[in-house]
Amino acid sequence: MIDSIILKAATRLLTALLLLFSVYMLLRGHNLPGGGFIGGLIGATGFVLYAIAVGADATRAALYFPPQNVAMVGLGTALASGVYAVFFNDAFFTGQWWFIGDRESGDYIPISSVLVFDIGVYLVVFGSILTLVLALEEEV
Amino acid sequence: MDLLATAIEISFVLVMLGVAFAFARLILGPTLPDRIVALDMMTVLIVSFCGLYAILSEDTAFIDVAIVLALVGFLATVALARFVERRRVRSGRPTYGPGAISAGEDAKAEETSNG
Repeated sequence: MIDSIILKAATRLLTALLLLFSVYMLLRGHNLPGGGFIGGLIGATGFVLYAIAVGADATRAALYFPPQNVAMVGLGTALASGVYAVFFNDAFFTGQWWFIGDRESGDYIPISSVLVFDIGVYLVVFGSILTLVLALEEEV
Repeated sequence: MDLLATAIEISFVLVMLGVAFAFARLILGPTLPDRIVALDMMTVLIVSFCGLYAILSEDTAFIDVAIVLALVGFLATVALARFVERRRVRSGRPTYGPGAISAGEDAKAEETSNG
């Protein structure tokens, strides 16, 4: 932890920006560059910056859930999105689509189990990176 | 020839020239803070390279590359600055100016502070 007022003031803005950008990266991942992995990395970067500026204890308090639990929940979510396809007599991990709104006129929002899988990957990457970094931060 | 295309071409040459100079500073050193500033400069130049390429190729994906690189580059510089600060505290000598610890002296400084 560095006791610097400049870094603390910059971190307050940058952590929020990084977390917002990580969600943006996660949600647009299906059609454009992005997705769960890079989104999770950017989100973790936000908290790493926070850990450097204000310390590991404050970061654990800000996370609320232990990062290893976040990673495990993510792994469960990713697995559940794969198992979900089995109920439709499809192969494991086949993407299931459903459409909100009128499909005939083209005025609809497509939602898929692929997105749920991506959210799982996001949580796994986010949780495991933060587990590593916070452990290192407390060690040295 | 198109004015915009010419401007982009000149900018590419200038950015690459900047990267080359920053890389020379990265090799020459002589102290660790010099190298960190050179690395940070290279990051900023590559961000501008991404911006230029986004204009050239009219592909907005490179704008996102530039954003991510700028944000992560800031984190890298902060982490390296903290590393320098910790080295200074351990060795008890300044990291720049006269009597500065050089890159290879880290192990020696560690020994004296421990024993």
